[in-house]
Amino acid sequence: MSMFLIIAVVTLIFIVIFQISKASEYVAVLKGAEASRKQNNKINGFLMIAFLVLGLIGVWYCNELYYGKTLLPYPSASKEGEKVDEMLWVTLAVTGIVFIITQILLFWFAYKYQESDKRKPFYLPHNNKLEVIWTVVPAIVLAVLVVIGLRNWFLFTSDAPKGAMEVEVVGKQFGWIYRYPGKDKTFGKKYFKNIDGTNALGLLWDDKAGQDDVVLEGTMYIVKDKPVKLIIGSRDVIHDVGLTHFRLKMDAVPGTPTTMWFTPKYTTKEMKEITGNPNFAYEISCDQMCGNGHYSMKGVIEVVTQEEFDAWMAGKKATYLVAFPDKDPSNAPAKPAADSAKIAAPVAKM
Amino acid sequence: MATEAVLQAHATHDVHGDHHHEHHHHETFITKYVFSQDHKMIAKQFLITGMVWAVLGGLMSVLFRFQLGYPDATYPWLEDLLGKWAEGGRITPAAYYALVTTHGTVLVFFVLTAGLSGTFANFLIPLQIGARDMASPFMNMLSYWFFLAASIVMLSSLFVETGPFSGGWTAYPPLSALGDASPGSKTGMDLWLISMALFVVSSLLGGLNYIATVLNMRTKGMSMTRMPLTIWALFFTAILGVLSFPVLFSGFILLIFDRNFGTSFYLSDIYLAGVEKALPNEGGSAILYQHLFWFLGHPEVYIILLPAMGMVSEILSVNSRKPIFGYMAMIGSLFAIAILAFLVWAHHMFVTGLNPFLGSIFVLLTLLIAVPSAIKVFNWLTTLWRGNIRFTPAMLFAIGFVSLFISGGLTGIWLGNSALDIHLHDTYFVIAHFHIVMGVASMFGMFAGIYHWYPKMYGRYLNNTMGYIHFWATLAGAYLIFWPMHYEGLAGMPRRYYDYSIWESFKQFAELNRFISTVAMIVFAVQLLFLFNFFYSIWKGRKVREQNPYNATTLEWTTPINPGHGNWVGEIPEVHRWAYDYGKDGKEFISQTTPIGADESSHH
Repeated sequence: MSMFLIIAVVTLIFIVIFQISKASEYVAVLKGAEASRKQNNKINGFLMIAFLVLGLIGVWYCNELYYGKTLLPYPSASKEGEKVDEMLWVTLAVTGIVFIITQILLFWFAYKYQESDKRKPFYLPHNNKLEVIWTVVPAIVLAVLVVIGLRNWFLFTSDAPKGAMEVEVVGKQFGWIYRYPGKDKTFGKKYFKNIDGTNALGLLWDDKAGQDDVVLEGTMYIVKDKPVKLIIGSRDVIHDVGLTHFRLKMDAVPGTPTTMWFTPKYTTKEMKEITGNPNFAYEISCDQMCGNGHYSMKGVIEVVTQEEFDAWMAGKKATYLVAFPDKDPSNAPAKPAADSAKIAAPVAKM
Repeated sequence: MATEAVLQAHATHDVHGDHHHEHHHHETFITKYVFSQDHKMIAKQFLITGMVWAVLGGLMSVLFRFQLGYPDATYPWLEDLLGKWAEGGRITPAAYYALVTTHGTVLVFFVLTAGLSGTFANFLIPLQIGARDMASPFMNMLSYWFFLAASIVMLSSLFVETGPFSGGWTAYPPLSALGDASPGSKTGMDLWLISMALFVVSSLLGGLNYIATVLNMRTKGMSMTRMPLTIWALFFTAILGVLSFPVLFSGFILLIFDRNFGTSFYLSDIYLAGVEKALPNEGGSAILYQHLFWFLGHPEVYIILLPAMGMVSEILSVNSRKPIFGYMAMIGSLFAIAILAFLVWAHHMFVTGLNPFLGSIFVLLTLLIAVPSAIKVFNWLTTLWRGNIRFTPAMLFAIGFVSLFISGGLTGIWLGNSALDIHLHDTYFVIAHFHIVMGVASMFGMFAGIYHWYPKMYGRYLNNTMGYIHFWATLAGAYLIFWPMHYEGLAGMPRRYYDYSIWESFKQFAELNRFISTVAMIVFAVQLLFLFNFFYSIWKGRKVREQNPYNATTLEWTTPINPGHGNWVGEIPEVHRWAYDYGKDGKEFISQTTPIGADESSHH
């Protein structure tokens, strides 16, 4: 019913506008086409300056409304992300100044030089000096932005610092799988044709290096102030590990591993205080269209202290041992009860 | 380049010559309106087909904005309209992604490529260079019919059981290659590929024709450097298309092979949980497709933008009653943009794991584009400066174009810098950027062109009052829709999400999304007003009574008010000067056909 009402109202508005527009043509005939054209010209000239003023107020008002909802009021959650923010402010300053000057000139000129019988247009086909100025000045400013950008770019894409923790992140429709290398700090080999219900990444079970690897889903734990290198892959289509609070992202491409590293600055708990949001979480958003469930492909990163991390890790069982319980030394002797309690505790915590 | 232009000028000759004169063909309805070989009629066919797609594509965006603005609401009429795609009155994720994908594809290719350069290259090239028709009118006709065929195939894909393609207009494999990964990648994707292949054929037939016509069919005296900037822009556009569309085509061919014939160009290491199966493909590279796609994809944005720039340059000059400032610099910057367009494609791929060194080269080349863009903006501003401006609806849209081009162009400096892109990539910041600079700005260029040349197309005027309302509502609406999206992007809100309510990081924008959706619907309704104006005025508009209603210098205004096939009655006029002698030596304007006077001051 309301639908019909809306359609009726819209149609009515259309008819009114149409009638007014039609009438304006008749008025033009009565008043003389030239006179009515000049009047329209004045109205549009005025609207130019009105649009400029209202537009600039709108830009300010929009900022008032939404600045607080962006990431910018809070510091970056990673050390590297600080560089992104710095660069963002420099770029904003440069483009913001150009934006304001050029928009003012555009609408001001349109208003100021609207048709007048008194003015003869100024025949100015070109002026080499002016053209050189506005070729060279933008080129120099852009060169500065390029230098800043590339310096950061090479930092972000450089090798992770020595001693960085490594975690493998693998995307699938529609979730994330994480793998920790275990005590030996080496990932075991994998092959996608080995993937099945119990072997989410297709680990080669006979590779010793992989027998202590821990494969998980849901939440990934990393350590505050410790660089972490993500080794990123995908099991099916292209995904993207989007870490908006850390200011970074990287595609997950099937068949081609990619990497990304950063140093988290605040634990999740600290970030909850900084943002004042008790539900705050470092969410991993999939930023590359990956199918109908794309919008729900969420992962969570929990940044914790080293002690908390160690305690959490101690409760994780190597995936190899989960797949082959008979190989698990802790299963062979008695006392399974104590063992399961140990696992249960940290799981409950997350 | 100047010498080259002069050399080409020597090759200019009048092809059809004097033999054409006034003899009328016997034209039937079929030859005049359907299988027409008249460039003006083909232009109108492109325009009206483009408008149909603009309405459909716009309507799709309104539908998916319903979902984004009112994610919890249900509308029974949606189910009536879309059936199983809106079960219970709420658009399903599959339908949402299909709408987003089809909206992108048709707006980029069918509206802003075929509808824009198809219309205005066809209409303006012969009229403004002084030719009776295109170099090959028959190929020109084929170009339209291939486009129509592409349109029909695309339209049919909306009705297949598994739905139209739904993996985003960029159609990245493996998602687009594997029907088991997404239902939209089944029959819908086959139809999408067939449609796009037909479209590539259409663009090539058109583009080759435009180039041949501009190079060979200029009237006597029309050297390259006397051509209006519209023609220069359309010329560069055609070159971009001819050089880049075949690369896209090759990318599609490989995709067709991967989909249907078991090859592994793009596929490797894939396990599909949906069917619990590891695919046999190994050794392919999914990134290869992105290189092939963006090798067209980036020039494509200039294919969309350059015609708008050309028309805006012309319209600003005519209505400021002043020559365009820096004509040679305008050509030079068009040329620079056209060259750079081929050298920046990988800036769409900074976060794909691209070699960082390669990425740095693309940063440098990408930001270089800002230099010719800046030249263009400052030249437009200087053209307005000390002019005597008439605000026709076309002029308003041209000024709006400049405003939007500035706003959207500046955010390109953010995204072109890889170290910032790594944060903003695939967020709403990108949506805001390209919709403003490429989508809305080019749309404004197209509107400017339609309002300006409508009297030449139909011998009648559009209603100005409706034009003014159309302009101000659309300009304000475009900014209201896309400006706040920058803030969503700065919160990292990813694009192509069906629902944000489960995300702690992005759900704070629910209210803003509702606002944007509402404005989008109003702006869409305003476009219907334009559409009404357009069709109403074809039959009922005020008649054009003067041959040259804008006092413009260019050749199209030397044709009869309703030019027939062949454009000029009798001989094609000879050109004696450039296209921008407005306000020279105290004269209001001097037509290109006026010989240089004895005591005239020297420039051009």
